[in-house]
Amino acid sequence: MSDLWNAFEEAIHLIVSLDPDVMGIAWRSLWIAATSTAICVVICLPLGSLINFNKFRGKHLLLSLLQTLFSMPTVTVGLFVYVMVSHSGPLGMLDLVFTPEAMVIGQTLLIIPMMLGLVISAFSGVDKAIMETATSLGANRSQAYIINIKEAKFPMMTAVAMAFGRAISEVGASMIIGGNIKGFTMTLTTGISQYVSMGMIEKAFALGIILIFMALLINIAIYLLQKQRNYVWFPS
Amino acid sequence: MVPIIETKNLSQIYEGRQILKDVNFSLEKDDALALIGPNGAGKTTLLRLLDLLEKPSSGQIYFDAVDVTRSGKSRLRARRRMAFIHQKPIMFKMNAFNNVACGLKFRREDKKNVRNKVEQVLELVDMNDYRKRDARTLSGGEMQRIAIARALVTNPAVLFLDEPTANLDPASVSKVEEILARIMREGKTAILMVTHDMAQGQRIARKIGVLINGDIPQIGSPSDIFFAPTSTRVAEFVGVENILPGTVAGKEHELAIINVNGVNIQAITDLAQGENVHVMIRPEDITFTKTRDSSSARNVFEGRINKIIPLGPLTRIEIDCGMPLLGVITTRSASELELTISSKLFASFKATAIHVIKRV
Repeated sequence: MSDLWNAFEEAIHLIVSLDPDVMGIAWRSLWIAATSTAICVVICLPLGSLINFNKFRGKHLLLSLLQTLFSMPTVTVGLFVYVMVSHSGPLGMLDLVFTPEAMVIGQTLLIIPMMLGLVISAFSGVDKAIMETATSLGANRSQAYIINIKEAKFPMMTAVAMAFGRAISEVGASMIIGGNIKGFTMTLTTGISQYVSMGMIEKAFALGIILIFMALLINIAIYLLQKQRNYVWFPS
Repeated sequence: MVPIIETKNLSQIYEGRQILKDVNFSLEKDDALALIGPNGAGKTTLLRLLDLLEKPSSGQIYFDAVDVTRSGKSRLRARRRMAFIHQKPIMFKMNAFNNVACGLKFRREDKKNVRNKVEQVLELVDMNDYRKRDARTLSGGEMQRIAIARALVTNPAVLFLDEPTANLDPASVSKVEEILARIMREGKTAILMVTHDMAQGQRIARKIGVLINGDIPQIGSPSDIFFAPTSTRVAEFVGVENILPGTVAGKEHELAIINVNGVNIQAITDLAQGENVHVMIRPEDITFTKTRDSSSARNVFEGRINKIIPLGPLTRIEIDCGMPLLGVITTRSASELELTISSKLFASFKATAIHVIKRV
């Protein structure tokens, strides 16, 4: 028990003293997840508005599929992206395997279904008359979409926070695609797994504390956003 | 002059139900037209088609001589010269100022212009003090004034109004009507209003059209519509309650004798002898007396009272004088005349109060 306590004390010390190794890993995790989330936003906002505001065959099926993919296992995404970017894969010539860039691709693919689903849900919570009023006032399509995004600001931000949370806390995809290379592709989650297997409990603790702290911040953000306004979780 | 809006055989079908059929009408650049019609006649659908919010099943819409029925680009360009004020104003989640500024921002006007124009129009609707208020916290009347400002700020060539005062309290109604009257006086904007409130149509518009069952059988001046309807369905809607089938039995110049169910009525008409006609008499034009000689009207008939229906200050009376006649008198004179069911009464009306149309 005292060993655990010592490890915990050591972990706090590593964080407070801004240990370069620990900080490097935390920073890398942060920017990979943030970049993935940003790319995802750029893809999901227009795509989500297109899906929500247009009627087409198979829309319902697509929405159910998205909902299913919310909980897509991270290792399968990792496997898929690994096969694509590995040297013998179709994107092999880009030489992306075991790079942070490839991890960004993996995390982006991983969180797209969730973000897309939540974005569509956020749009569908906006009164349909908003779209018409904007159109009637002379908005073109994208201007009308922007008005809708503004109307759904809080649920949209919740979607971003949740997607970021999933990206930063996943292990499987980063492990397979990034290869967990120290100082290059090691993230908070893959680092924990590495340090535990190496018996460096204090470092694993330090990374874990940072990860939990980030998750806590995200959840507080989501809680505050959802308190702002109730909205439909998913269109029926 | 090219009309600002013209429709050719405009039809709309929703899920097999025909909402509009072959609507043909045009709106001049300085027109103010009120379309009146019962609920479900297709009024809102027509406005939504004209505002290019939806596409018709068939037919054409021309905006300033350009066919805007289907092409996306021409529709956006035309829509940017229109404005639509709804029965229930929809406010964006912004303050009042930004709500009004939206249309200008969509048209990419520069910031200084936007500020000047918005301030001016807020002044016009008397809402400058509310500019920073969250628009969704305003009262119904205030929201409607913001909606009007939002519509007017882009200086539209045509303004559509869908029952703009239906949800407002009387004070807000007169405020809104006053603003609309001012726009009309300026004459720079064509106005098309739909309403089921005939009196409001008459107060605001110069011309009235009647929209019944998805088409417009008649457009004309208020007096044409109320006193000279061209069909029985228009007559019924505008409150002509005596519509009697008859035949022109004799003529002397314009004065005709019309035989209705064996009773001879004198009326003014161009229609020739032998023509089958409908005789229309508004209930307000019938006078009731106890004796024959107290009336100077050409048509005086004796009858028995069938029904007495008190309606507050007015009372409706149905009498049978060989033909059924429905009239109204003040409740005060009804009690002075001591009316009872099946008591005798004289009904009289002038030959000029009768409108005669051909029966088809």
